[in-house]
Amino acid sequence: MIAGNTRFTAAQRLLHWSMALCIIAMFFIGVGMVSSVMPKYVPLLATHKTLGLAILALALVRLAVRARSGAPPLPADLPAPMRLAAELSHYGLYALMFALPLLGWAMLSAGAYPVVLYGGIRLPAIVPQSEVLHTLLWNAHYYLAFAFFALVLTHVAAALFHALVRRDGVFEAMAPIGSRIGAAPGTDSDAGHAATRKA
Amino acid sequence: MPQPASRPRSTLASLALIGAVCVAATGALAYTAGWLSPDRLTPTKLVDALAPPTGPVRGHRRNHAKGICFTGEFQSNGAGAAISRAQAFEAGQHPVLGRFNLGTPEPLVADASVRVRGMGLEIATQRGAVWRAALINAPVFPVSTPEAFYALLQTSASKEPNAMAGFAAAHPEIATFGAWAKSPDWTASYAEEPYNSLNAFLFVDGAGTEHAARWSLRPEAPPERITPEELGRRGDDVLEREITQRVAAAPARWTLVLTLADPGDQTADPSRAWPEGRRSIEAGTLLVQRIEAEADGPCRAINFDPTILPDGIRVSDDPFPAARSAAYAKSYDLRTAESADYPHHPKAAP
Ligand code: HEM
Ligand code: HEM
Ligand code: HEM
Repeated sequence: MIAGNTRFTAAQRLLHWSMALCIIAMFFIGVGMVSSVMPKYVPLLATHKTLGLAILALALVRLAVRARSGAPPLPADLPAPMRLAAELSHYGLYALMFALPLLGWAMLSAGAYPVVLYGGIRLPAIVPQSEVLHTLLWNAHYYLAFAFFALVLTHVAAALFHALVRRDGVFEAMAPIGSRIGAAPGTDSDAGHAATRKA
Repeated sequence: MPQPASRPRSTLASLALIGAVCVAATGALAYTAGWLSPDRLTPTKLVDALAPPTGPVRGHRRNHAKGICFTGEFQSNGAGAAISRAQAFEAGQHPVLGRFNLGTPEPLVADASVRVRGMGLEIATQRGAVWRAALINAPVFPVSTPEAFYALLQTSASKEPNAMAGFAAAHPEIATFGAWAKSPDWTASYAEEPYNSLNAFLFVDGAGTEHAARWSLRPEAPPERITPEELGRRGDDVLEREITQRVAAAPARWTLVLTLADPGDQTADPSRAWPEGRRSIEAGTLLVQRIEAEADGPCRAINFDPTILPDGIRVSDDPFPAARSAAYAKSYDLRTAESADYPHHPKAAP
């Protein structure tokens, strides 16, 4: 990461927001499909699997980008507990965006279901067929999906808290387009508008 | 984020806004999940409605609970490739896994008490395309829609004396199935039954053209017509015993017949057969070569979900496969979670 940068890179922001849309869609597709017996059940399930595994692939890219570009520092005046909560919740979000797709894939493998995505892409089984394993993975996918939703809500609440209450530049660091303080889109990778972040 | 001149929005208003966002998101999820719509027909409701009066039999399929596994092969003659590019229709032999079963939620009932016999089937080609299906011997399904099937299950469970008559009046299509079910013309073997997809699927050929078709497995074994009373005298598990002995002596065979819709034929209602004389294609022969008890056989932990289709076959506007897929997954989730209640050791020779 470029020293003194106050924002995530454009690639990071693009990944953050496109994945946020996909993941939020996945919660709704997930609970919608399992409560439906309508014809849409079939395309919803296919979308759930395809989008879910796209999220897994994007998460890999995102982690690599994060390792290379790092993250802007949190504001110096952020109280320690909030700082800790921010860091832990980010670890949690990263962990879950890997765990959920892997659990879904593994659950279907344990149930001897073929894993076929849109476009006829066939994936191999990643665990052996097993009833006990299927149940275990089903429960993990189910409970962690709701835990993930709760964590995303908390994360959104915190982001809005930074944006509306603390106004400390944390939101602007991830804002999809330039912040209102004159950071023109596209110029974000130079350190010239540190004012967005009261660091 | 300075708005220097104007007074910044009060903290309270901001917090209220944040709270509202969280409540709205949770509400939208709850709505999508159906938690706010108790009337929505869900897979859980369908599966629960199948349960016998004494409650579901834990560890077993929630319908077609009594059954026995088989393995074999599908010998494709290549003719099916005229309407579908599915690998299963390429000439050659494709491995098969399946399950003969009875249309009952109770795994221990006498064979002679169940009219509907079924077959779960998986054709998996060497190159990895998987086609699953669950077919029954009835020529039509009792009702037109999954919603009507749910109503039928509820009516059957009802103690109301005239409930069934009322249902039949509201769903006259059930008469065709009813006439078939009442006929005393049973067969003495799983091997002597035809098995019908009933649902229409779209078969997609190499050029991408879709052909609506239903399909059946037509037995090569000549039927031994028998009344249910006579079948009952042969024992509670006669069908499993018979098919085990028969297949031990020689494979049992069926011809896979694809029946194509004429332009204008409806494809959405499995309670109505198409008129006679539709074009049909004999695509090959199913050979059942080996029988294994369900308890330690390969079919027990398989979901014969009819929407698990290879490239070259798709669901049509028939609403059943989707509803079945949702319900079978629920049944599968339940019965695998109840694995400890299932008698995994094979039962004593039938
Ligand atoms: C970010 C990724 C994912 C999220 C957030 C997610 C979320 C969910 C949710 C909320 C449900 C509904 C749970 C319920 O109410 O019963 C669900 C169900 C399901 N998910 Fe996922 N999922 C993800 C990825 C995947 C993937 C990659 C697969 C498979 C390749 C998958 C397969 C399934 C299946 C088969 C079900 C239905 C389970 C059942 O039979 O009840 N999921 N998922
Ligand atoms: C499914 C949805 C979401 C997921 C999985 C997610 C995940 C993440 C992760 C993992 C980070 C840490 C980035 C890093 O340090 O590499 C992050 C940062 C951030 N997210 Fe999200 N996010 C989601 C939705 C949202 C939404 C809807 C908002 C805004 C309302 C938001 C606002 C932010 C902000 C402002 C940051 C920067 C925090 C900082 O500077 O440390 N996120 N997000
Ligand atoms: C909405 C209508 C239907 C519902 C709710 C329903 C429900 C079920 C359920 C819950 C199972 C157990 C699945 C499992 O645990 O693996 C099952 C199995 C089966 N069903 Fe259906 N079914 C419906 C329509 C049909 C139709 C139209 C056919 C035939 C054309 C059919 C044939 C079968 C067969 C043969 C099996 C046994 C498959 C096996 O051996 O695993 N069902 N059904």
